[in-house]
Formats: sequence, structure tokens, C-alpha cells
Amino acid sequence: MADIKELVIVSGKGGTGKTSLAGALSSLFQDKVIADCDVDAANLHLIVAPEEVLSQKEFTGGKKASIDLKKCTQCNICRDVCNYNAISDEYIVDRALCEGCGACYFLCPAAAVEFTPQLAGYCYTCSTSGDQIFVFAELLPGEENSGKLVAMVRNEAREEAQKAGKGLILIDGPPGIGCPVISSLTGTHLAVVVSEPTPTGAHDLRRIVELARHFQIKTALVVNKSDINPRFVDQMRQYCQDEGIIYLGEIPYEVKITQAQKEMKTILEFAPDCEASRAIKEIYKKLTSILEEL
Amino acid sequence: MRIAFASGKGGTGKTTVAVNLAFFLAYSQQKVQYLDCDVEEPNGHIFLKPHIEGRTPVQIMVPVINQDLCINCGKCSSHCQFNALATLPNNVLLFPELCHGCGLCVRICPAGAITEGKREIGYIEKGRAIKDIEFVHGILNVGEPMAGPLINKVKGYYRDDCVQIIDAPPGTSCPVVKTIIDVDFVVMVTEPTPFGLHDLKIAVSVAQTINKPIGIVINRENGEFKPLMEYLSKNRLPILATLPEDRAIASHYSEGNLVIERLPLYIDNFMDLAVNIRRLLGKKTFG
Repeated sequence: MADIKELVIVSGKGGTGKTSLAGALSSLFQDKVIADCDVDAANLHLIVAPEEVLSQKEFTGGKKASIDLKKCTQCNICRDVCNYNAISDEYIVDRALCEGCGACYFLCPAAAVEFTPQLAGYCYTCSTSGDQIFVFAELLPGEENSGKLVAMVRNEAREEAQKAGKGLILIDGPPGIGCPVISSLTGTHLAVVVSEPTPTGAHDLRRIVELARHFQIKTALVVNKSDINPRFVDQMRQYCQDEGIIYLGEIPYEVKITQAQKEMKTILEFAPDCEASRAIKEIYKKLTSILEEL
Repeated sequence: MRIAFASGKGGTGKTTVAVNLAFFLAYSQQKVQYLDCDVEEPNGHIFLKPHIEGRTPVQIMVPVINQDLCINCGKCSSHCQFNALATLPNNVLLFPELCHGCGLCVRICPAGAITEGKREIGYIEKGRAIKDIEFVHGILNVGEPMAGPLINKVKGYYRDDCVQIIDAPPGTSCPVVKTIIDVDFVVMVTEPTPFGLHDLKIAVSVAQTINKPIGIVINRENGEFKPLMEYLSKNRLPILATLPEDRAIASHYSEGNLVIERLPLYIDNFMDLAVNIRRLLGKKTFG
């Protein structure tokens, strides 16, 4: 069986167009499984319309402590050992502050602490209209361990790809450079960074490139909304040359991308001949040849 | 008074709204402190241009294992909830990036072989920005997954004699909760698109779970987006201000400029925002 290649779309800065590009690319790549790893704020399912849920799995995050006040002797040990100030004077555990380390549970002399796993989200495997497989997840609001849920999505996607003999997993990643991004990035074959020609875009681009380098992931750049500030586009192109990053191209600012989103379509379906669509098709061609060489 | 700016979806304009409100308040003679808790990608400094006066490394506790004292009992690794320790036949291995610094292993090691060490996860810079705004931001080291402890450290710089403007990270998980848990008011900056609305709903439910008053800023408004309006009215979420889709705003943003400094027609929008937050909190003045 051929190796499965994983391509992840990231950005550092949020709102640069990761998901719009992921949606468009998913309609071009045929032999693939799609995975939405932005588990905090998953959006890809709004344009890659899933038709049928094939499986739904529960995601249990870490454990959380709670204190049985009937058993509690108010010895204060739990409050002393909690490094997160999560236990109040009245011995109530603040769930939002509890990291789930279990120090209070293991060290309570009265066995008054309960320490149980919590349902923290769901992972869905779906089929889409084009007979494609799409995996995404939903982290319950405010929960931790989004990195672990990302790992679950990627595992499901890999299993599905193996079962169906697909050669590519197309991953829509989260913004930032922290835990869920690291979990989305590690072990992939290519990271496509979507940035924008602004000082914040450029600032965050450097940090995500550094992160990809840290994990030795081959990196490529797409500059979206490229006509906002041509000076920054030139700088970014130069930056790619200096840093050995593949420059995939530019997508001009296009209001139709937002209109397409409102109709739950990709820009390629909504306006196939607009400049942005043409640019995305060019990017797709370059990506295909890069993936073949990997 | 502490006002946090959150959104769910990234790139809706949290930082734009936060820095411009900070500038507006400072311009109206209020003492303002700006705290950037988006430690993965802090961007407020690009617009507020602080003169950085000090840089403090942020460290978290990490265990140090004395292999000579270790009896290989496996208690530390079996109790660690974060899989940061592994007991091998001849020694104990630590994975520092997985450690949450809880200190449980130090406390339960029967051989006294584990002591507290330190690991740097990022740093905090402090300084004075334009209009005399007190500026603090946290910068997470690249490759470091642990944003939470750094966010908490940024908040250690709170100055209660100022209006505190807090830029939260995007998303809806624990870093957002850590940022907004002790604020007085959460401003959700959204954009009138299906993505914006989908993520707004999750972010609102996060803030509601911890009982925070919420107001909405609609950014890049471009004709009415009915599903958003229906959601806001059904859930009685007040609109504090709107900013239109305007190429001139995007263009000034791309030069690192403040909107209200360069496009004075938008001063009223930020005045609306300030007045509405104050009204909702039942206050005559900030602070």
C-alpha cells in the first residue's frame, strides 16, 4: 500500500483564510480524507457539507476533582497542594481552574475527593456528497486537552484513509502556535501556511515557520488578500527565499469568498472563474507536484 | 474595570477593536492598561508601539529526578495525569513539554528523589505605549504547548487603578477561560459570516458558563446577515458597536496604524462601544 501523505493548513494568525482554502482544495484533491483539526472552533463542515455521520465517538479529556463535603474534614491539605488555586475556602473546586493533576485526590487523608474523567467532546466521521470522507470534532465549550482531541481526529482520519486506500489526508489546522497546533503539525509531510500581507500576518508567520522548523516539517506559503499591501507581499516572498520556504502563490482579496461561505459553498463552486479561484487552482497544481516528489 | 476581548473565530478583529478602544479611552483622559493574553500570537504591540522597559522570563515548576536516589518504584509515572514521566528499567524519563507543573510527583516520591526545578515557557514584556498606555504582553516560546501558566502570569500585572483592556486568544478552550475568568465584562468581536457566527455561539456559551456579562461588536458589516441578528436578539445579546467592511480600515491595519487615529469618522463607533459597556455595567465612569 502506498504511503499516506498528510498536508496541514495552518496560519499562526487567525482569520487569514485557512478554512476557505482548505474547503476549495478539498474539492480539487480526489484521493483524500479531509480532517478538521480546529477542534475549538471547527468551521470546515459549514462548506464541506457532511451528508451522513458514519460514526460518532466520545472524547474524554482529563479528569477533574470534586470534593464530597460530607467526608471533608477541612484539614486544608488539598488547598496546600493545589498549584492552581482551584479550591476555595469553602472547599469547592472551581472546574475552570482545575488542571486535573489529582494532587488533592491522591493526598486527601479523608478520601473526600472524587476524581473522574469528564466528557470533553465528540469526534465525527462523515461521508460527504462527493463520496469523500470527512473527520471533524467538537470540543465542549471551555474544555482542555484540545491537543488530545486533535490527535484523535488525526488517528480517525488515518484509519479511514488506510481502510479506503486514500493517499492523502488534508488537514485544516487551528490558529496559534500552542498545544493544538503542535498536535496538528507533528508528523505531517507538508505544512501550508496561509498568511496575509499585514504586520500581524508577517509577525505570526515567522512564529509558525519557526514552529514547523522545530518539528522539521517542510513548509510552504500562500499569501491571501495579497492586494491589501503589495509591499508586505514582496517582503514575504523574499522571506520565503531566504528561509527555504516554498512560495506557492497569492490569492487576491475577494469579497465573493465571504458570499460563497454564506451559501455554504467553496469559492470554486460559487465563482469558478474569478481571480481567486484561478489562483487557488494554480496553487493546487503546485501542491500536486510537490506531493508527488515527497 | 477589566474588559476582555474574545471572539471564538480568529481574525475577526479582536485586537483591532481592543487597541482602538484603549487608545480612545486614553485619549479621553482615562488611565489605561493593555494586557495581551494572546500569548501564542501577541499582536497588540504592533499598533500600540510600546517602549519596552523590562523583560521577565516566565518559568513553571518541573521535576528534577535524582537517579541515584530513585528506587524505580514507578509511583511518579503512574500518578502523573499528563504522561510527563515514564519509568524505565533503570531510570525515570521526563518529558518536560507535557509537564503541567503540578508538583504531585515531588510530593509522593517515597525515596525523596524528586525536587522542584524550573523550566522557561516564555517571557513577559512591560512598557509604556502611545498615549501613556501601560502595556504588558506575554510571549510563548515557540514549540511550547503550555500557554495557560503564561496567561496567568500576564494577569499578575493587573493594575486596578486603570481601565484594563485584555486581548484574549482565539478559540473556545482553556486558554480563553483562563483569560476571561476574572474580568468584569467580555466583548465578543464577531464578523457577519457563517464561520463567525458558529464560533461566536461557542464562545458565548463559554463566557455564560462562568457568568460573564457579554456584549457584541460586529466587525466588517456588509449588509445584514440575518442568522446573526436572529441569534443575537433571541439570546438578548446587546450590540455595543459595529464597524463596516471598509477597504481603508484593512489598508491602515496593514500598515500597523490605529483606525481612529487615521480615520476619524470611526471615532463615534468607539465612543458607542465605551458608552455601551459603561451603561451595561451601570457605571458613570470607567475605573
